[in-house]
Amino acid sequence: MPKRPTGEFSAATMADIAFLLLIFFLVATTMDIDTGLSRQMPPYNPDQEESKDQIKERNVYVVLINSSDQILVEGIPMNVHKLRENAKEFIVNPTNKDNLPEKRPTEIDYFGEVMVSKGIISLQNDRGTSYGIYIKVQNELIAAYNEVRSEVAMQKFGRHFSDLPKDKQDAIKKYYPQIISEAEPKNIGGN
Amino acid sequence: MAKFGRKGKGGLPQISTASLPDIVFMLLFFFMVSTVMRETTLKIEQHLPGATEVKKLERKSLVSYINIGKPKGATFQAMYGTEPRIQLNDAFAKVADIRDYVFAEREKMDENERPLMTVSLKVDDKTKMGIVVDVKQELRKASALKINYSTRKVDAIE
Repeated sequence: MPKRPTGEFSAATMADIAFLLLIFFLVATTMDIDTGLSRQMPPYNPDQEESKDQIKERNVYVVLINSSDQILVEGIPMNVHKLRENAKEFIVNPTNKDNLPEKRPTEIDYFGEVMVSKGIISLQNDRGTSYGIYIKVQNELIAAYNEVRSEVAMQKFGRHFSDLPKDKQDAIKKYYPQIISEAEPKNIGGN
Repeated sequence: MAKFGRKGKGGLPQISTASLPDIVFMLLFFFMVSTVMRETTLKIEQHLPGATEVKKLERKSLVSYINIGKPKGATFQAMYGTEPRIQLNDAFAKVADIRDYVFAEREKMDENERPLMTVSLKVDDKTKMGIVVDVKQELRKASALKINYSTRKVDAIE
């Protein structure tokens, strides 16, 4: 029997093994990456009553959703598609109106001393509200913040917010702080 | 013209298969890297709501999932009804089970990574907020404060 030369082997079976593994991963794979809206909840504290009376009414942007998925913003019924523009006006308060939030001077890196809004968005929903509309409202409110932040990023640094280094992003986040407070839901609308 | 004449007589020349493994391995590595193993079978209907401002959930090891939705199919609906239910791992659960689930999930993580734990809420968009609120309250009691509402990425909301 002739001896095979050393250092040479048939690569044909390697393809079979690799195909086997490939098919396994093809079957086991799910391509979708999880995406979502990230929120931070306040710690649980049963004794602490929400002290709304310390916050002036002009500083609070009240968004209510009832059990038939209707939205009431600052006492006015509103379509979910109009919410973003309306919330942006509340966050920025460009002309310092009396009925929109107050501002206080704050020292921020890169910006120096600037006027930062005291505005808070308060979101309240009913137990009968559908999750779909709740996410839409959350999305629009987050979108409003993201839009004003990217506008100021463009003005100040000439780049998109997401392209900025972390310290500049943090500075912008301080410039437009995102405060969305969620009240305990009430069972007002009935089910 | 002899230049283009076929050398040898009859029979096709053998194609070398030596590069085939390379190609297959390339594909294999692509799928291995991009793969996410299916961990649980969903027993509930789940049509996630769409949103535009989504962020990717990074670090899978830090994420625990809570699924909420209507029981799927006639068999589960006969057993559990048609009202939205909570599914943790592979089983249906009650609101009261969430705290234990969070503690168990937290126990699995490295000690220094525990504060980074995120709970992903995968909720069907037709669910009423009542059950979601109860779950969120339980999560607050269990000090799992970082949550993520799982959504699909869409270009504009309907």
